[in-house]
Amino acid sequence: MSTSTDHGRPDPEASTLALTRDGRPVSDRGDTVCVVGAGASGLTAIKNLREHGFGVDCYERETGVGGAWNWRHDRSPVYASTHLISSRPFTQFPDFPMPDDWPDYPHHSQLLSYFERYADHFDLRGHIWFGTEVVRVEPVAGDRWDVTTRSTGGYGPERTSRYAAVVIANGHNWSPKLPRYEGLEEFRGEVMHASSYKDPAQLRGKRVLVVGAGNTGCDVAVEAAQQASRCWHSTRRGYWYAPKYVLGRPADQVNDALLALRVPLRVRQWLYHWTLRLTVGDLTRFGLPKPDHRVYETHPIANSQLVYYVGHGEIAPVPDVARFHPYAVELSDGREIDPDLVVFATGYLPRFEFLDPAVLGDEAGQGRPKLWLNAFVPGRPTLAVAGLVQPDSGIFPLSHWQTVLFARLLRLRVTRPDRADAFAARVTAKAGERYAGPVKDSSRHWFEVGHADYLRAVQRALHDLEEK
Amino acid sequence: MKVRVMRGREWARPVRPVRREVLGAAPEVEQGRPPLLFVPGFGHGAWAFAEHWLGHAASRGFPAYALSLRGHGDSGPAPEATLRAYAHDVTQVAAGLPRQAVLVGHGAGALVVAHALARYPARAAVLVAPVLGGWATFGAALRSNPVGTLPAVFGGPLRLHRRQLFSRELPEAEARRYADRLGRAGRRAQWQLLTGRAAEPAVGDPPVLVLGSPDDRVVPATALTRAARRYGSAPLLFPGMGHDMMLDARWREPVDAILDWLAKDPAPTGRP
Repeated sequence: MSTSTDHGRPDPEASTLALTRDGRPVSDRGDTVCVVGAGASGLTAIKNLREHGFGVDCYERETGVGGAWNWRHDRSPVYASTHLISSRPFTQFPDFPMPDDWPDYPHHSQLLSYFERYADHFDLRGHIWFGTEVVRVEPVAGDRWDVTTRSTGGYGPERTSRYAAVVIANGHNWSPKLPRYEGLEEFRGEVMHASSYKDPAQLRGKRVLVVGAGNTGCDVAVEAAQQASRCWHSTRRGYWYAPKYVLGRPADQVNDALLALRVPLRVRQWLYHWTLRLTVGDLTRFGLPKPDHRVYETHPIANSQLVYYVGHGEIAPVPDVARFHPYAVELSDGREIDPDLVVFATGYLPRFEFLDPAVLGDEAGQGRPKLWLNAFVPGRPTLAVAGLVQPDSGIFPLSHWQTVLFARLLRLRVTRPDRADAFAARVTAKAGERYAGPVKDSSRHWFEVGHADYLRAVQRALHDLEEK
Repeated sequence: MKVRVMRGREWARPVRPVRREVLGAAPEVEQGRPPLLFVPGFGHGAWAFAEHWLGHAASRGFPAYALSLRGHGDSGPAPEATLRAYAHDVTQVAAGLPRQAVLVGHGAGALVVAHALARYPARAAVLVAPVLGGWATFGAALRSNPVGTLPAVFGGPLRLHRRQLFSRELPEAEARRYADRLGRAGRRAQWQLLTGRAAEPAVGDPPVLVLGSPDDRVVPATALTRAARRYGSAPLLFPGMGHDMMLDARWREPVDAILDWLAKDPAPTGRP
C-alpha cells in the first residue's frame, strides 16, 4: 500500500517539486487520487479506490460526511419529513446493506446514520480533509491534476496539490434553480426556494402556493395540505403520481420484478395504467391536468398522499404561474390567487464552479457536460464524475459501480495500458449516450437514467474492460 | 466468473427480516484489531463458538461475535430458508459491526460465508472444515453416515453422528451433550448444498485461509485441498481432530492458528 494517504501532509516546502502555471508551489501527491466531496458518492469513491489499492485525499467543505443527506450542512436540501422515494434494495450500497429491520422507505436521518456507519466501518474518515473546499481543479501534463483548496469560507491561504486522478462527487442538489417570473420583485408575500424549506411550521396557518411537481414539490404540497390554511399546487403539465405501494409491495420492487422478466416498456406502461385505474382512477376528475406523456417518460414522482389530499380538497391543483402582482399571482388560465407564501420547488442544477466547463466537454458553458456513462470524460482518462445521475431509483448503487469501474480503470492504466486505451476510445466514441427511454425535456432531463438500462451499460463496460 | 451488477430479481424480492441471535465477547483493552464474525454450519448455533472460541479470541485482543443462522439456535424460525437468506443474515450482522469484519465460516457455514463474500467486502475470510457442497461432499457423507444423510435428500433433517463431529479425545458425555444441541437447516438450503450454484467471486479480494483436519469424517482431505486451491492456497491441517474443531478436545490449536494468521495482517489477494 502506498504511504501517500498518511496524515500530516508533508511540509509544502520539503515536497515542492513543481510550480503551477502562475508560479505557486505544488505539493506532489504521487499516485494518490483526489475525491471532491464526502457525500454518498464521495464516500463510496474513497472506499472503492482504497479497496483497489489507491491512496485517497478527499476534500469536504463541511465538517461531517453525508453531503446533501446531512441536515446540518448549509447546502443540504433535506427538510424534516424527507423520506426516501426508492425502497431500500435500490438505495443501499450493493456491498453494505441497510439494516433489514428498517422501514421500506427510511427517513433522511436514518440515511445519514447509514453513511456515517459506512464511513466508520470502512475507516474512511482518516482520508477526508473536513472544512476544506476545492477552489480549482486544473489539468496538467501527463493526465495529472492540480487541485487547489482552502478552508471553507475563504479563510487561510490556498494550497495546491498534484494528483494522479480526480473523482468529482460534489453533488447536484445544492444549487437552486429559480425560474424568472414577471413581477416577482414587486410581490409582497414571502417567497422561498424549497432548499430553504425545512419544517412544516414554516407553512402553518399560511396561504401557500407550491410551484413544481417534483418529489419535493409534492411533499411540500402535502405538508401544506396538512398545516397551511390553503394550498395551491401549480404544475407545468400533468404528471403520473406513482403510489409508494402497489399489489402489497413497494412499487419499485414490483416494477423491477417486471424488469427482471424483461417485460417491454409498452407492456409495463399498460400494466401501470391498469393498476392506477384500480385505485385512484382518472386524475382529471380532481382538476389535475391530463398527463401529456406516458408513464415512465418523466422522472418518477412517488407520492401516495398527493392525490389523497387533492381528493379531500386540501390541495387545489392550478396551472402554471403567468406573472406576479404585488398582492396576487396570475395563473396561465387568467385566474388570480392570493397566497402569502410561495414555495418554489423548481429543482436544482448541477454546478462545477471549480472546473473550467470545457474540461467536461461543455464548451458552450450550458451546464451540460458531455460524458459517457454520465461519469467519464472524453480525452481525460484520469477524471471521473460520480453521482451525476438522476435515476428512477436510488443513486448510491450507481455511484458505487461508477467508482468501481473508475478504480479498475486506473489500475489497468498501470498493468494493462492497452485496455485502458481501448476504454478511452470507447469513452470518446460513446460520449453523450443516454440510458433512458424517451424523456420529456427539462433542464435536468439530460442526466435522467433508467437504473436498469444504466447498470446494464456499466456491467458491459466492466466486462469489456476486464475480459480475458 | 464476471462481476454481477444487475440483481433485479433479488431487489424485487428482498429477504424477509428475522430475529437474529448474535453472541459476542469483547477484549478487555481495545487494540484496534478487526472484529471476527463466526458463522456456524448447518445444525449448529452461535453457542458452538460461545463455548470456547469467542472467549479465546477476545482474550487475544480480537472482538469476537457469532451468529445463529435463521432457524438455528435462538434466531427466529425459518423452515423455508435458502442459502441466500443465510448469506443475507451474515452480511446483515457483518455490516452492523463497527468495523470491517473477518468472516469465519465452519462446515456449511463456510459455503454461506463464500456467498456472503460476494456481497460484503470482508477484511479477510477463514473457512474451517468447509462444506462447499456438490455431489462429492454428498458421496462422502453418504459413505460415512448413510442413515443420517439419506433422509435429507427427501427433505428430512441431515443428522450427523457425534463420532463424525468429534475425535475420541472428547469425553463421551460432552460429545453427547453437544450432539443433543444440534438442530437442522431448512430443507431448501440442504438441497442447495447439492444443486446450488457456486459462490460468485468475493468483492474486495479478501485474503482467505482454509483449515481442517485430515481425520474429519464429514469433509474429506481432498475437499479441503480443493477448497483451498480455489482461493490460491493450501489448507492448514490439524490431524486427529473431528469436524467440529471449535468444540473438540484440542479446540485451542485451530483458533490460535487463525488468530496468528490475522495478527500477521495478511495482504489482500490480487492487489498490485
